[in-house]
Amino acid sequence: MEAVLAIAIGALAGSGVWLLLRPRTFQVIIGLTLISYAVNLFIFAVGGVRVGADPVLGAATDPSRYADPLPQALVLTAIVIGFATTALFLVVLLTSRGFAGNDHVDGEDGTP
Amino acid sequence: MGIAASAAGPEALAWIVRMMPYGWISTAILLLPFTVALATPLIGRGNRRRTTWLMTGTAGVCLVLATLLFPAIADGEVLRQTFAWAPGLGLEFTLRVDGLTWLFLILVSGIGLLVGIYATYYMPPEYPLVRFFSLLLGFMGAMLGIVLSGNVIQLVFFWELTSLFSFLLIGYWHHGKSARDAARTALIVTVTGGLCLLAGVLVLAHITGSYDVDAILAAGGRIRASPLYLPALVLILLGAFTKSAQVPFHFWLPQAMSAPTPVSAYLHSATMVKAGVFLLLRFWPVLAGTEPWFWIVGGVGLATMLVGAWAATFQHDMKAILAYSTISHLGLITMLAGLGSTLGVVAAIFHTVNHATFKASMFMAVGAVDHETGTRDLRRLGGLRHVMPITATLAVIAGAAMAGVPLLNGFLSKEMFFAVALGANHGLVLDTLTVLVAVAAAALGVTYSLRLVGGAFFGPLRHDYPREPHEPPRWMRFPIGILALACLAVGIFPAWVVGPLLRAAALSVLGPQLPPYNLALWHGLTMPMLMSVIAFVAGCVLYVLGRRRIAARDDAPLIGWTSALHGFERVLAFLTTTLPDLQQRVFPSRKLQVQLLLVVLLAGVFGFLAVQPPPAPVAMHGMHVDPAFALLWLLGIACAIGAATQAKFQRMAALILTAGTGLVVCITFVWLSAPDLAVTQLVVESITTVLLLLGLRWLPKRIRELAPLSPVARYHRVRDAVVAIGIGVGLASLAYAVMNHLVADSASRFYLEQALPGGGGRNVVNVILVDFRAMDTLGEITVLSVVALTVFALLWRFRPAAESIGAPRARGSTPGQAEPHTDRDPRAWADQLAIPGFLILLIAPVIALFALHLFLRGHDLPGGGFVAGISVTMTLIVLYMAAGARWVEARLKVAPARWIGAGLLLAIASGLAAVVLGDPFLTAYHGHWTLPVLGDVPYNSALLFDFGVFAVVSGASALMLVVLAHQSLRRVVPAPDAVRDAGEAES
Repeated sequence: MEAVLAIAIGALAGSGVWLLLRPRTFQVIIGLTLISYAVNLFIFAVGGVRVGADPVLGAATDPSRYADPLPQALVLTAIVIGFATTALFLVVLLTSRGFAGNDHVDGEDGTP
Repeated sequence: MGIAASAAGPEALAWIVRMMPYGWISTAILLLPFTVALATPLIGRGNRRRTTWLMTGTAGVCLVLATLLFPAIADGEVLRQTFAWAPGLGLEFTLRVDGLTWLFLILVSGIGLLVGIYATYYMPPEYPLVRFFSLLLGFMGAMLGIVLSGNVIQLVFFWELTSLFSFLLIGYWHHGKSARDAARTALIVTVTGGLCLLAGVLVLAHITGSYDVDAILAAGGRIRASPLYLPALVLILLGAFTKSAQVPFHFWLPQAMSAPTPVSAYLHSATMVKAGVFLLLRFWPVLAGTEPWFWIVGGVGLATMLVGAWAATFQHDMKAILAYSTISHLGLITMLAGLGSTLGVVAAIFHTVNHATFKASMFMAVGAVDHETGTRDLRRLGGLRHVMPITATLAVIAGAAMAGVPLLNGFLSKEMFFAVALGANHGLVLDTLTVLVAVAAAALGVTYSLRLVGGAFFGPLRHDYPREPHEPPRWMRFPIGILALACLAVGIFPAWVVGPLLRAAALSVLGPQLPPYNLALWHGLTMPMLMSVIAFVAGCVLYVLGRRRIAARDDAPLIGWTSALHGFERVLAFLTTTLPDLQQRVFPSRKLQVQLLLVVLLAGVFGFLAVQPPPAPVAMHGMHVDPAFALLWLLGIACAIGAATQAKFQRMAALILTAGTGLVVCITFVWLSAPDLAVTQLVVESITTVLLLLGLRWLPKRIRELAPLSPVARYHRVRDAVVAIGIGVGLASLAYAVMNHLVADSASRFYLEQALPGGGGRNVVNVILVDFRAMDTLGEITVLSVVALTVFALLWRFRPAAESIGAPRARGSTPGQAEPHTDRDPRAWADQLAIPGFLILLIAPVIALFALHLFLRGHDLPGGGFVAGISVTMTLIVLYMAAGARWVEARLKVAPARWIGAGLLLAIASGLAAVVLGDPFLTAYHGHWTLPVLGDVPYNSALLFDFGVFAVVSGASALMLVVLAHQSLRRVVPAPDAVRDAGEAES
């Protein structure tokens, strides 16, 4: 499982970075979304990959029987904040498109 | 004032002092203005009378409460009330009242009351009073907070808060550029000074080992002997000088006159600018008496006094005269504090009170003139005493006090000032200079007072006023009258009116050894009296001889070089233009693309360096791979790479592929025992997709070129691909290494063990969010709110590109064919979506109910405020999609901005409730109630906080989506001005 997850994180981050370096604003925003997936998965993975652990406290008192809640709490808020930043980027993108007349990150067309 | 209490018998007084809950009175004085400031927009909206009562009532109650405190501090005692704040850091929230504090409490609340009455009649009816009084009350609370602070960090907090309210009030008429510029200048200067002050008090706290004001005041010898004394002094003085508009930071104050006159009277003459003076007096016992103090404070005060008086003489705008005069008087007070003599401190306190009374009344009188005639320019005014006799009489009294005429309070403090100046014997040339400058500034004070009062009210009546002048309303004259009366009362019966409070304030600064001073109208033929006469005669002569010449000039001669405003602008220009230019020259390119590449590379390099040397390999577990999981990720990775390649030409496809990856992430969370994350990821994924779909419409068409790529472009692609693959491989190996080097015993153990006994919840993730780390969550939702409002503000001014304004082509119709929907007839759309729309309407309440369910069970099962909030937004989106924005908004009141506000307030209030109960901020309570019929009912106060989170999240996400959706709505039929605006944006 760890190996698959690690490869997935790498692939998402790689695709995201490639898009981040593209000249069109929409590419950048999709790139940021992919990178945020990768980062969220990474933070989540730091807590340990557990299949079938209890997420909610039950009768057992042994903490090792449960999934690690701390990275989950971090990632949960990160997902919501990620939505907010995507919205902000989108609006900045649209405004910049309105002002510059094109969707190049530098506001000037010319380079592909 | 507090005199009545001292008239009662001593036993009765002692009894009163014993019985009064003084600590709670000071708490109430601090909390009341802030509470009412928040409540005013809710209670007072659309009702001027009620708003006025809120403002004046609050100030009045604060005044009465403050008066009650007097018997307890009249003989130099200190009242303290402490609350737990951050005990681990040695911080306590302390309210401290002594004589000096008390004097400022009376000034701030008393003048606040009068300004409130005045502003009701001064402010034009078309401006809502709600916002104005709400800000004014907020300022009042912040200013009371400064003087009540018994802890230096707390003091700096309120200090910066006053700067913020001052900024908002100067810019109250934000349509004018001058008001916005002035507000910005004032903010930059005073907040920078406040940061210096913060650094200064931190140094003080470092020397003394305590943040407590009393502890610092007790450590004077240690502070003055410390090698850090000079840095601390300079930093604290920077704070005081910027706030009190001392040379060379004085330039913000005349600019701040763009504010409405009640603000000028209240903030920029009577109270806020006195905060610097308050600071000097507060720390006088520990900082004063050294060479650097004498030279810096005395020198700056002297220069400010002279420059201010000289500049005031040559102004034509009545408010500008008052502004420079205020600078001059603040310089006088600073100098008195700087001379280091105890009599100087007494005189400084005395003049602070006197200046507040006569300058506030003078400002209000000038405001009345402006209000009635429509101009403040002395060259266009004259003879107003014929039409405004009462206002003219009051202005003459206040002006005479400003000039220092006998029988008025200004005279007495000026006499005391001359006495101090004469008593200065440091054996330096500065002694003589002080006397000369004192007389010169006093003479100029006489001249500009004469110009102000004489120019406006005397001479022949003019008939070319923009408005027909007559007496202002009675209640507008009332506050001026009260203050003018105070000038007279203090001037004639000083010992009786102001004696006890001056003594109490002086005792709190100087301790029991007060210098001999005599508050009386007549001291006999003394040297100060002679200086007064000289100054008075010289001022009159200058006025009579120089009047015409002054009127012909545009600015003050000789002091052009002191126009620090230019210097300030040059510094700003350097910081905002030259420095970024320099940075771009150092940086290889102006292009964002290149800069981003460098950032990515830098991150990669740092990430690589962080894991050097690589950790020793351990036994690799996790080699047994679940084939289904691998297959799932094969799909996920394919989607991600597909999105990466399609994002340029096939945006819609890229978006759907990205959402596919998101779903795979979501399933991964389910697989790996994180249901909370899975459900959050699922709903966020959905609304993100909707959001981006809404945005797609405004992007330009992009058609794949058939021409082959240029070599440069090919090089760019290869280079970026190498970087991307490098980062991907690096992160993958890092992730793999981390997963195989798990820390056995992390902080999570604590949360798992304590969630049920300490937080009363079984869903540990939710308990962490709303209880253990609630402070972090509060920060998160604040960020969320800020982002949502920013999105709203940006779209407010959004101008789409001209070619995307037209309605999008309906799906299914091909070019050439008759297009039935080009006019976007709503009924036609409704027909097309009739069946899905009906189904959606049926489903929407179910989603809403599910959201409620998710919220309520959040503490014990997967769910909670975050996911519930986004689910509510999904309900809303579904409704919008099914029925259209107009239909929904006609039936549902959608006010997401209010949800955000209410949610934040609820979250903070639930935290403050714990403070009131004596626990740290954001403590949650849980337990069981045993009710008669229902039996055992569990309760948990964290639910309230979570409801705040829920409201903020739903409000923020709904706000962003709704405003974006409205962009399309308001362009359906482009209004003529919308087309013109869009054209402007394009050009």
